Amino acid sequence: MFRNLGEMILLFLSVVRALPRAWRERRKIGEQLFDIGNASLFMACILSFFIGGVLALQSGPVLVENGIGSALGNLVAIAMCKELAPVMMSILVVGRVGSAMAAELGSMRVYQEIDALRTLSINPVNFLVLPRVAAISVVVPCLVIFANLVGWLGGAVVAAHNDRIAVPWNTFFASIRDGVDTGDVVNGLIKSFVFAVCIGVICCHQGLTTMGGPRGIGRSVTKAVVNSLVLILILDYVLTRLLLPFDNGFSL
Amino acid sequence: MTASPATGLPLSVRQLTKSYGGRLVLQSVTLEIAAGEIFVLMGPSGAGKSVFLRHLIGLEEPDSGEILVAGARVGPEAAETKHRLAMVFQSGGLLNSLNVEENVGLYLSEHRLQPPAEIARIVAEKLSLVRLGPDDARKYPSELSGGMRKRVAIARALVVEPQLILYDEPTSELDPLVSLTIGREIVNLNQRTGATSVVVTHHRDLAFGIADRIAFLADGQILALGTPAEIRASTVPLIQQFLTAEFK
Ligand SMILES: Nc1ncnc2c1ncn2[C@@H]1O[C@H](COP(=O)(O)OP(=O)(O)OP(=O)(O)O)[C@@H](O)[C@H]1O
Ligand SMILES: [Mg+2]
Repeated sequence: MFRNLGEMILLFLSVVRALPRAWRERRKIGEQLFDIGNASLFMACILSFFIGGVLALQSGPVLVENGIGSALGNLVAIAMCKELAPVMMSILVVGRVGSAMAAELGSMRVYQEIDALRTLSINPVNFLVLPRVAAISVVVPCLVIFANLVGWLGGAVVAAHNDRIAVPWNTFFASIRDGVDTGDVVNGLIKSFVFAVCIGVICCHQGLTTMGGPRGIGRSVTKAVVNSLVLILILDYVLTRLLLPFDNGFSL
Repeated sequence: MTASPATGLPLSVRQLTKSYGGRLVLQSVTLEIAAGEIFVLMGPSGAGKSVFLRHLIGLEEPDSGEILVAGARVGPEAAETKHRLAMVFQSGGLLNSLNVEENVGLYLSEHRLQPPAEIARIVAEKLSLVRLGPDDARKYPSELSGGMRKRVAIARALVVEPQLILYDEPTSELDPLVSLTIGREIVNLNQRTGATSVVVTHHRDLAFGIADRIAFLADGQILALGTPAEIRASTVPLIQQFLTAEFK
């Protein structure tokens, strides 16, 4: 596990070093963007609608009972943009995209495609890893913006139509407008970007280090998914803590 | 890059030893391959021939010993040296996400060595050398037969205009006629560019037809090394069995 961590950091550094080549690889990055977006957009939509909805459903009655139903929009929106959208979209991308990346690179490793690239003096990091990591770290923040909007909508629908909550649309969105500022959204975007880079690096690393023939591919995929999830949840805490001083209204 | 006057690279292997999980696969193999030579490696299945080739191009790290290509030590980064090296893998090693044309032109397109139109011309030329037509060029590796894949892999290696080329069983899945073509192509490339060629094969006719020298590898050791005539005259029992085995 710790040797893996070292290797992953090295892989990350070589991706950073390869960044100037990103423009050259734009076609591959474009293909990856399309694939990843395609695989995750619809799911992201459904997922965020229901997350927003359940947030409203859980907290709405309590707030209304205490006479602060008008703050419901604020609560749903903040929870969504600072915490749930980044984490849930990252988890979705791990399952839909990260696992496929690990499997694809794993089979390329097992079937000697990576060796063949090396004999053609083509660096697998530039050719395979850079486009994937670049694409995934653009897609996840975009998904988060999207998830925010859909999640707020889900919350609003539940708030308006549930009898025990019955907070009207106008009140809900007014509360979002007053309570959420750009900083909160950016906070979530920063987190999601870091998660995305981690997912890309972990999944590509697992794929590239697949060993033991076709059976090894399955092992790599499992490890890629589990390691990504664990790291996302740990980093979530760390990043939240680190970003705390930048919140208005809070201080160290 | 129009095939800059390529000259073959000399190769020397010293005391090369490699084991996997405690099992010795190569035991202190030492040999010299001259620039421009066609060197054939034969031996029983599992003798370590593919492992040996992978070391020559830096895909494996020796446990001990060293490999020098043109006097420079081959390390893990060897695949990215200034020399032009190429390897035809036993299983082809084609990229499944690219079609035949893109696979064959990969070296030129990735390194931006030629404009696209020129790449297309070179690719078509190399494909026709291995008897593949324009229809095949648009296919994906998964739509090809084993033998076709092998031929694409050979075309891809030829595009590099290599100074050192390693063939791992180039004719193992090919019919006798195509094998003959491939054998001729190995010799052609060698005569045209002086590329040092190392060929692993089980195909006796091919081996004796093209080789300048033949080495016989068994259990990770060189049993015999010499010109085809010397190998034929060898008195080592295993080699004699290898050379005379026939269905009756
Ligand atoms: N990555 C590896 N891990 C463990 N053992 C390996 C590995 N690669 C090769 N071996 C072992 O090394 C030995 C030699 O393998 P190699 O592929 O070089 O045989 P070969 O001479 O090419 O045989 P063939 O003619 O059948 O292709 C085999 O016993 C094989 O099990
Ligand atoms: Mg072999």
